[in-house]
Amino acid sequence: MTDTIMIPAADGPKKSSLLVQDARTRKRNAAETRFRIYGMAAIGVGLLFLVFLFTSILRSGLPAFTQTVVEIEFTLTQEQFDTAETKMLKTGEYQNIFVSALTEQLDASGLKVDFDNKAIERIVGKPGGTIRSFFLENPDRIGTPASFELAASSRVDGYLNGRVTRDTLVDSRFLMATDLDLVDALEDAGIIKGAFNWNFVTGKDSGVDNPGGAGLGASVIGSFFMMLVVLFLSLPIGVAASIYLEEFAPKNRWTDLIEVNISNLAAVPSIVFGILGLAVFIQFAGFPQSAPLVGGLVLTLMTLPTIIISTRASLAAVPPSIRDAALGVGASKMQSVFHHVLPLAMPGILTGTIIGLAQALGETAPLLLIGMVGFVAREYPETFVGGFTDANSAMPAQIYTWASRADPGFYEKAWGGIIILLLFLITMNAIAVLLRRRFERRW
Amino acid sequence: MNDMRIVERKVDTNEVKIAAKDVQVYYGDNHAIKDVSVEIEDKTVTAFIGPSGCGKSTFLRCINRMNDTIDVCRVVGDIMIDGEDIYDPKVDPVQLRAKVGMVFQKPNPFPKSIYDNVAYGPKIHGLAKNKADLDNIVENALRRGAIWDEVKDRLHAPGTGLSGGQQQRLCIARAIATEPEVLLMDEPCSALDPIATAQVEELIDDLRKSYSVVIVTHSMQQAARVSQKTAFFHLGHLVEYGETTTIFTNPVDPRTESYITGRIG
Repeated sequence: MTDTIMIPAADGPKKSSLLVQDARTRKRNAAETRFRIYGMAAIGVGLLFLVFLFTSILRSGLPAFTQTVVEIEFTLTQEQFDTAETKMLKTGEYQNIFVSALTEQLDASGLKVDFDNKAIERIVGKPGGTIRSFFLENPDRIGTPASFELAASSRVDGYLNGRVTRDTLVDSRFLMATDLDLVDALEDAGIIKGAFNWNFVTGKDSGVDNPGGAGLGASVIGSFFMMLVVLFLSLPIGVAASIYLEEFAPKNRWTDLIEVNISNLAAVPSIVFGILGLAVFIQFAGFPQSAPLVGGLVLTLMTLPTIIISTRASLAAVPPSIRDAALGVGASKMQSVFHHVLPLAMPGILTGTIIGLAQALGETAPLLLIGMVGFVAREYPETFVGGFTDANSAMPAQIYTWASRADPGFYEKAWGGIIILLLFLITMNAIAVLLRRRFERRW
Repeated sequence: MNDMRIVERKVDTNEVKIAAKDVQVYYGDNHAIKDVSVEIEDKTVTAFIGPSGCGKSTFLRCINRMNDTIDVCRVVGDIMIDGEDIYDPKVDPVQLRAKVGMVFQKPNPFPKSIYDNVAYGPKIHGLAKNKADLDNIVENALRRGAIWDEVKDRLHAPGTGLSGGQQQRLCIARAIATEPEVLLMDEPCSALDPIATAQVEELIDDLRKSYSVVIVTHSMQQAARVSQKTAFFHLGHLVEYGETTTIFTNPVDPRTESYITGRIG
């Protein structure tokens, strides 16, 4: 072009050295350095919180995984058995046998402590019943040495874990300061010790006054059946809805409205879904209260928007040239979607689904309203169908229930429950990452 | 450049394959194609040239109804292939697209193996009776796509792993695997280097023996090299249509002349 007019500079460009930073560059560099420091500080604060969170969870929760037990071995003679069975208070007699065996072993270790039957009851409850039912079921064991592992009470547990100290202990019908001497002696003799608490992982919930026997197992099963419902309802419905909206639906006011509403649904507080579930599924449809089926239905409603949004995003991320290519060789719209677009969107869809499930797994508020919180999950479901319809609890609901119980023994159970819940969530997220890696394709 | 030479090739047939009459295309309120009437002959390479945004790609996409996928696009007028109106409500666009193949500007192989890329069309149209038959179709298509020798040892390697030029020839092979009668090419060489371009152009010339080829191109040299007929589009109008030789040496319309000589566009 020739119509540009060249304006000659008055005295030429100013000469400057590249080796010296001018003021403007210095200012820009300083700003950049400051920004980097802010960023690192932000990440540092985040990491600090994470470390703090994990240490406090582990410190408070790990004791829930150990259980203090009193392990004792003794031989019951036929004579003792016959005598005990003729007594009015049969279990009391067995308890006496237990106490004498305990005393013998303490004496053998050279430890001398005075204690009475009441102290034993405060430490291990009433052992007579357990011993009697064992020998009634296994009469052939009479006369041979049998070993018993009896769970110690939660306060003894707390004493050995450091939660209860001699200074803080207030004498009560649960534990007296003098009992601690006996506990110390038993510990020295190796009779009382810690063991991994399988019952906590696989067991059922106990009543409000027995934190030692409380387990998360039944509510893990409840959560499992809920997740089954969520997976088998929300994945097909969510994916079908997204494919229709993204690939087939005309773009008009109606689909815009639906789109906006789906996005808004994702932001609706979960308790709203809970009260909706209470009204629709329990009060109107008459489904059983506290059932994993109802919990699953409510969580499905909650998870659907998440799945739809992530599925639509991953469908939209498939390059349009793939659709053109499929249509160009004469594939129908549906063939192009199912043969080409969907496989490419699969990693995103699966990731979204698993993240949605993980979210649903940890959700507590909606379960509050359909009666899963506060329900004492004393039984495992007996049948597969029963798993859906029998009243049960779920992991987060169980944790909430424990946290609100008075006995401090439940406090560490709640933390322990959180550890298990987090393990499940971490596993699910790891699966999501693996699936994404596995299915990821380049184009 | 001796590439500028205009190929003197006699048009073999005068049979009309595609006949468009008074075609109007609207994108919403935008009138993109205005009164285009053109008769495209069989076994001929027809080039659409013109500046960007002149509507040549839009018109090309009307011929196999790819514009149907755009919600706001509306086509008025008649486009006949072998005397049948392709916008007739009875026409299924899927069937039409099997008959009118398309090659796109950017090579777009499916992220599958080379074999699956070519086999996909014949599979969905049920062209192969058995596996051996399908193998044959794939081999033939790849041979006609002038890429067989390069890929015959790695048919099950991903199609996306090929170079750009190979990918584009794979896409051409994929398009001809369904036995189309018309092949539409939307700037097939714009993403390719000169050597790959030469290979594709050679291929186009070869394909002319069996198909009616319509090619949109930005390169006037390319139009001159590969086509027998050329149509010049400008601002949605078909300005001039005729023998390539005539268009490039003796254009009737002053706009065509300006474009050819580089004064507009």
